[in-house]
Amino acid sequence: MAKLPVHVDKLIEDFGPHKAYAPQSGFHGSNEPDKLVKTHCCYCGLQCGIKLKVKDNKIAGFEPWEDFPYNEGRLCPKGVMRYMQNNHPDRILSPIKRVEGKGFVPTSWEEAMSKTVSEIKRIQDTYGKDSFAMLSGVSLTNEKSYMIGKFARVALKTANLDYNGRLCMVSAGGGNKKAFGLDRSSNSWADLKHAEVILIAGANVSETFPTLTHYIWQARDNGAKLIVVDPRMIPLARTADLHLPVRPGGDSALFGAILKIMVDNDWLDHDFINNHTTGFQETIEAVKDYDLDWAEEHTGIPKEKIYQAAQMWGKAKTSFLLHARGIEHHTKGVDNVISCINIVLASGRIGRPYCGYGTITGQGNGQGGREHGHKCDQLPGNRDITNPEHRKYISEVWGIDEKDMPGKGLSAYEQIEAIHRGEIKGMISICFNPLISLPNNNFVREALEKLEFYVCIDTFLSETARYSDIVLAGSLHEEEEGTVTTAEGRVVKINEAVTPPGKARRDGEIIMELADRLGEGDKFSFPTSEDIFNELRVASKGGTADYYGITYQKIVDNYGVFWPCKTLDHPGTPRLWEDMKFETPDGKAHFNPVKYRPASEMPNKDYPVVLTTGRVVSQYLSGSSTRRIGKLVDQYPEPLLEIHPKLAFQYGIENRDLIKVKTRRGEAEFPAQVVETIREDTVFIPYHWGGKFSANQLTIDNLDPVSKIPEFKVCACQLEKTGKKASQERRAEAYQSGL
Amino acid sequence: MPETNYDQEMAFFVDMQRCIGCHACEMACAECETNGQESMIHVNYVDRSKSTQTTVQVCMHCEDPTCANVCPADAIHQDEFGVVHSANTSRCIGCSNCVLACPFGVPKKMEEAELMMKCNMCYDRTSVGKKPMCATVCPSQALFFGTKEEIARMRPDSVPVNSFLFGKQEVNTKVNIMMPKGTDQLLIP
Repeated sequence: MAKLPVHVDKLIEDFGPHKAYAPQSGFHGSNEPDKLVKTHCCYCGLQCGIKLKVKDNKIAGFEPWEDFPYNEGRLCPKGVMRYMQNNHPDRILSPIKRVEGKGFVPTSWEEAMSKTVSEIKRIQDTYGKDSFAMLSGVSLTNEKSYMIGKFARVALKTANLDYNGRLCMVSAGGGNKKAFGLDRSSNSWADLKHAEVILIAGANVSETFPTLTHYIWQARDNGAKLIVVDPRMIPLARTADLHLPVRPGGDSALFGAILKIMVDNDWLDHDFINNHTTGFQETIEAVKDYDLDWAEEHTGIPKEKIYQAAQMWGKAKTSFLLHARGIEHHTKGVDNVISCINIVLASGRIGRPYCGYGTITGQGNGQGGREHGHKCDQLPGNRDITNPEHRKYISEVWGIDEKDMPGKGLSAYEQIEAIHRGEIKGMISICFNPLISLPNNNFVREALEKLEFYVCIDTFLSETARYSDIVLAGSLHEEEEGTVTTAEGRVVKINEAVTPPGKARRDGEIIMELADRLGEGDKFSFPTSEDIFNELRVASKGGTADYYGITYQKIVDNYGVFWPCKTLDHPGTPRLWEDMKFETPDGKAHFNPVKYRPASEMPNKDYPVVLTTGRVVSQYLSGSSTRRIGKLVDQYPEPLLEIHPKLAFQYGIENRDLIKVKTRRGEAEFPAQVVETIREDTVFIPYHWGGKFSANQLTIDNLDPVSKIPEFKVCACQLEKTGKKASQERRAEAYQSGL
Repeated sequence: MPETNYDQEMAFFVDMQRCIGCHACEMACAECETNGQESMIHVNYVDRSKSTQTTVQVCMHCEDPTCANVCPADAIHQDEFGVVHSANTSRCIGCSNCVLACPFGVPKKMEEAELMMKCNMCYDRTSVGKKPMCATVCPSQALFFGTKEEIARMRPDSVPVNSFLFGKQEVNTKVNIMMPKGTDQLLIP
C-alpha cells in the first residue's frame, strides 16, 4: 500500500521542501522575546549550547550561549539557522493520512491512532510479532531513545527494532567494546588542548563538527603537530603538518604499517603494554609484513609520508587520535577502528591528561542513543539482549516476564532485506529518513512500496514519509524536554522552549498513547520527561553506561555530567581509564590483530574510479530539516561531483559538465567540480539529497560483519560525459529532491 | 545613539589561516535586526579549483576612512571610538563613491534600498560589553574579539598587523589581520 499516493510534485507542493527565510526585519518579537531558553543545537554530536528566543510560543531567533563551557557561544551555520524549523511553513500540524490520487490529508488523532493500532494488530496476528518492525533515530533524546527501546519490546513485542545509529558509529562502538569493554570516547575535548600530536582520520571536522576546530587550532597554538588522514584536502587538512591522502579503504593498511614502524623503532610503551594490555604479540604478528613499499601500494600514500606520520606519532609524549565516519563506513569499519586503537595502546598514551582517543559521534544523541536500547541487540545501560542476566535485570525494571522479552532483531539494512523477503510487512519509524540515508536506495524504495502498512512519526514529510499510510505529527528537539549525551560523553539538558505547533504532539506522548492502545499503558505512565530519565537511571545502573548518579538538577548545576556516574555523590568521569582498570572481563585493554583486506568492491576496468561520499558544512544528514532552510540551501544548493583535474582531463571533463556516474546499483547525473583537493583516482559526492540527486542510488549495500554498517565510503564507478552543462534550473530545484 | 561603554581595549582580529569557510559568521551577521537579513561580512574561496582556502572580509574600520573621505554627502561617520558606521540613511545619496574607493572592497550598495551598508562592529552588542556576533559564533575563532594581550598570549606564533600599503596609500585600521611573526605591514602592490 505504501506507494506514493500522487505524483511527487504534488507532495512537494503540499509539504515541501520549501525554502524558508526569516522576514527582512526578523521574526516577530526577535528583538524583544518573551524568554531566552538555554538548550542545545539539534544537529551533530557536539551539542553546542545555544539560547533560543521565544515569542508567543514560537521560536523567533537565537542568541549565543557563551557560558556553556564546550562551545562558549561558537556555532556553525547550521547551528545559527537551526531555529528556523519550529516556525516553518512545511511543518505537519496534525496527523495526516494517505489518500490515493490526492496525497495526504489531515485526519484526527483518534482516527490516526486507531488505524495504526488496528494495522499493527492485523499484521502481527497474521504474520507474527516480528513482522512489524520499528526504525528509530539518534537525534532523539535519551528519554525518547529509552522509551522506544521499551516500547518496541514491551508494547509492540517485536525483535525488529533498529536505528539510524547503524549508519553512524556502530563500527566505533564495536571496536571500542572489543578493546576497552566500553563504548565512549576515552576523553573530553579538553584533553586536545595540550596534546603534542593530533591524528585525525576520516573526520571532516571543519565541515561536520566545525566547533571542534577551535580546540584543534588552540592545540596548534600550543605547539601541537596535526596529521590529517583523508582522501580529500578538507579545510582542516589545508594547513596540517601532514596530510595523508589515503585511498578510500586503505585505512587499516595505514595504521597496520604505522604499528609496524613503531615496533621496528621501539617507539612503544612497554610498561603499559605489559601491565595493562593483552594481545600485543598476535597483533604485531599480523602486521609484520607491512613494510613501507607494501603500505604505499595499499594506501596510495607516499611511503615517506607514512614514515613521517609514524615517527611523529611514535615519538610523541602526549597525543590525541580522533576518527569518524571516514574510517567507519566500511565493510571493515570495526577493523579500521581497532587498527587505530592498536596504535594508541602501543603508545600507552591513554588515561592521562592530554592523552586521548575517541570517535566523533555524528548525530546529536549518537552517544546516548546508542546506549539505552533502541538498537536491535541491546538493552539499556549498553546491555546485551542475548545475555540472560541482562535480560533478567531489565525485565524486572520493566515489570515483564523475561520470557516475553524479544531476542536479537535485524539491523536497519537487514530489515530492508527482510521486507523484500516478505518477512517484515509493517513498520513504524521515527527520526529516520532511510530513503536518503541508506545505501543502494532504489532497493530501499522498492521495500517501502512492499509494506502493507507504514506509519511515521515526523515533523516534516521527509522523502521516506512520502511512502507512509499515516504520519503522526511529532515534535522537534526544542518542543520536548529531555537529555542527550554528547560525543565526549557529557549528558546535557535539552529544554522545552515551545510546545509543538497546531495539533502536533510531543513524540513521547505519541509513543505512550500507542503503548496504551496496545494494552501496555501501565508500563508507560510518565507524567514528565524527568520520570522517564529516572527510570532510565535505574535501568542503566550496573551496566557499562551507568547513569544512575546523574539527575536533571546535577546536569543543570554542572553544565552537564560525564558518564559513567554510578552514585549520586560522584562528579562524573570526563577522562576514562585513569585507574588503568578497563571494562573488559580481565580488566585489561585488548589489542586485536587486524589483517588488511580490500574494500568489498574495488575498481576494475569496467568500473575504474573509486566513488566516496560524505557531507557539506551547510547540510545535515538526510537534509530533512536543513534542505528547508533557505540560507543553508543557498550556500551549497546541489550535490557536485568533486574530481581531480588529471582524472577530469582523461575524460575531457570541465567544470559544470553534467556527468553520468554509474555503479552496479544505479546511475545518476551530477555537475562536475574540478578541484585539485581530491585524490586522482577518487571522486566524491555529498549525500544529503534525494530523488534523482541522491548519491545513495550508487553506493553499495555490503555491511561490516560485526557492526552491520554499510560501506558508504568505497565503491567502484564509471564516469560518462552527457555532453550537457548542468543547468541553473537543476541547481535551483535540487533541495526538493524530486524525481 | 545609545549610551555606550565601548571598551577600547578590545580589538578585532582576523586570521585567514584558521578560517574553514563555514559561513557561520555571515549567517549570524544577517540575523541582526539592523541588517535586514543581509550579511556585512563576506566569505569567499580564493581559488576553489586549487584549494579550500577561504578569505573573510569585514570592514577594517580605517583610522582615516577612505569611504568617509570620498563621500560627497558627508553621510559616513567615524565615532569617538574609531568605529566607522554605515551611511546615515537620511544623507546617503547612493552614489557608490565609497563602494569604489574602499581599498578593501567592503561597502556594498544595497540596490533595493539605494543605500550603502557596512559593518558597524555590532555597535548594539559591543557598546554594551558584548563581542560582535561574527566573532562570537566563529567556530574556528578565525574571527577573534579581545585584547592585544590576550591574543599575544593565546597565539604566540603570529602577530596582529593593522598597517597596509596599497601602492602609495598607507592605510591603518582598527581591525587586525594575524600574520606570521616578524610581519609589521602588508604590502598590496
